Amino acid sequence: MSTYVMGMDIGSTTSKGVILNEKREIVKTFLVHAGTGTSGPQQVREGLLKESGLEAEDILYTVATGYGRKTYEGADAQVSELSCHGKGTHFLFPEVRTVIDIGGQDAKVLKLDAQGRMSNFLMNDKCAAGTGRFLEVMANILQLQVSDLEKEAAKAEEALKISSTCTVFAESEVISQLASGADTPALVKGICRSVASRTAALARRIGVEEKVCMSGGVANNGGVRQALEEELGVAILYSPLAQLTGALGAALFAADKVGSKEES
Amino acid sequence: MSEEVKKQRPAPDPNSAKYKLNMIAKKAYEDVAEAKARGELVGWCSSNFPVEIPETLGLYVCYPENQAAAIAARGGGERLCSIAEGQGYSNDICAYARVSLAYAGGAEAPEQPMPLPDYVLCCNNICNCMIKWYENLARELNIPMIMIDIPFNPDYEVGDAEVAYIRSQFLDAIKQLEEITGKKWDWDRYEEVREISGRTSRAWLEATATARYTPSPFNGFDLLNHMAVMVTARGKKEAAEAMETLLKEYEENHEKGVSTYRGEEKYRIMFEGIACWPWLRVTAHGLRDRGINMVTTIYADAFGFIYKDFDDMCRAYAKVPNAINLEYARDKRTKLCKDNHVEGLLVHTNRSCKLWSGFMYEMSRQIGEECNIPVVSFDGDQADPRNFSEAQYDTRVQGLTEIMQSNKEAL
Repeated sequence: MSTYVMGMDIGSTTSKGVILNEKREIVKTFLVHAGTGTSGPQQVREGLLKESGLEAEDILYTVATGYGRKTYEGADAQVSELSCHGKGTHFLFPEVRTVIDIGGQDAKVLKLDAQGRMSNFLMNDKCAAGTGRFLEVMANILQLQVSDLEKEAAKAEEALKISSTCTVFAESEVISQLASGADTPALVKGICRSVASRTAALARRIGVEEKVCMSGGVANNGGVRQALEEELGVAILYSPLAQLTGALGAALFAADKVGSKEES
Repeated sequence: MSEEVKKQRPAPDPNSAKYKLNMIAKKAYEDVAEAKARGELVGWCSSNFPVEIPETLGLYVCYPENQAAAIAARGGGERLCSIAEGQGYSNDICAYARVSLAYAGGAEAPEQPMPLPDYVLCCNNICNCMIKWYENLARELNIPMIMIDIPFNPDYEVGDAEVAYIRSQFLDAIKQLEEITGKKWDWDRYEEVREISGRTSRAWLEATATARYTPSPFNGFDLLNHMAVMVTARGKKEAAEAMETLLKEYEENHEKGVSTYRGEEKYRIMFEGIACWPWLRVTAHGLRDRGINMVTTIYADAFGFIYKDFDDMCRAYAKVPNAINLEYARDKRTKLCKDNHVEGLLVHTNRSCKLWSGFMYEMSRQIGEECNIPVVSFDGDQADPRNFSEAQYDTRVQGLTEIMQSNKEAL
């Protein structure tokens, strides 16, 4: 009989879920743009079960991670998103030693050893600049979707400089640039650079060891990825599962748990 | 109908170190209030000012940093910070300073009242923000300020020229205080105070060093409470006796295999920085719930002063943690980590303290490398609760725990 485990990553702006089978193959993934404190986590769980054709009792173990990990009642255990992003990344790219994860409200840089264990990490300070929230605020001013930022940035030859590190000050700066007739693609490129520059500083503080990978929702933005590659001078690996890496890691922890139970 | 039975706390043992130390800390405030009521001139004193000077002269002084910590720990930090901001002080400056300036300006602080000063004693070996804070106190209250300048030390030793510079200022401070208060300096009394301060410090440092035992005979958060006596009363005989009792209790705990840390001590960390007083319970529980004991912190050891004579005292006050260079400060912390078998470092990026937080980025990196331990930092504040996020703290501490667990499993 097949056994299944679930990983739930409940973030500040999105909820993500992954189901793995006993061979650690991904059976189903699900993402909802509603985070902790909303119906998002429930929608993800229901969506995963429905689309995979599984019943709740087929799931032997669930690990929750992310900002809402502690309040999610459907989990058997909770693990920090730090360890989950590390584990998920090691599964996708075993050669990666530095993981840059930019989520909705924080940015993290993790160092992994050859076994994929997290040996150290750094997170952003209390400021929201350099996080997904920063990009959301900027996209909103520019009347764009966050998903449009990548192709807008690609149109620009030059990047306009956004010098403020504070989200609120940068918002004013972008508004005044727009009022002066600034080119939108150049502004978007500048915004991506601004995020990359702050994250690169965090990465340099902990030490960049190749190979480097980006995970989290912001990794889907090629504009930020490219800017970060230029800032750090290294190639950055990226998986289309980037936003699901935390949930994948949580599912892998759940699989470990089931595996160790079966062994005993 | 079932009746809820409220748990009765056992009456504190009056012979215990905890009871004695709490009483000394409480009495320190009462003594100053009584002196003020008698018509004596009382002072406010910065925490690393040479306490031997007011103690030898028989002066009664309070410690605004200690008051601000007490107010913040009891929930009044935001109220007083907001009052100070309303008076025009930026919320970027030290929250201890904001609390203190608000209080000096007439704000109520039932959490920890103390009499207003007739003079202030300032020493910048802990930080330079202190100078402007005390200048403003002196100007607002129209009282004299006695200032001792201790230069930042780029070397490991304190040179003779620096000792001479500090000695002359100590002697000048004594002269000024004699003139202000009418009290007279007595070198024999100084020797007594020096002896007592040394006794208190030796016992305190030996007590904190019992963390070398595994498990530690104490919960590191105890130190944050007990150190109030080191700040305010280390020159008093009762303090020396209480600290010696504390040392005895910790040694006995070790022999009996017990600890004031409740639960199993799974992990041992060093905590860096001033406590996050407004969120003390949250920060303490975030550790305790995961079996983490904060066994050591430079913050506690910073108030143990051991020296042999007046010049050596000058040297001791030039060697406090915030007055020394990064390498020396790092070596002191590395020693604490190694002596106490620390498995991780938790750094409080204290938004109030630009000096301390500023050098910690690099210093904590070096400590982590030297001791091969994970280093994790969180944002907070010593007195302003608005600079802390519980969820952010929790994620970081959980991440630290997971690394320490993984390191243990890899052994």
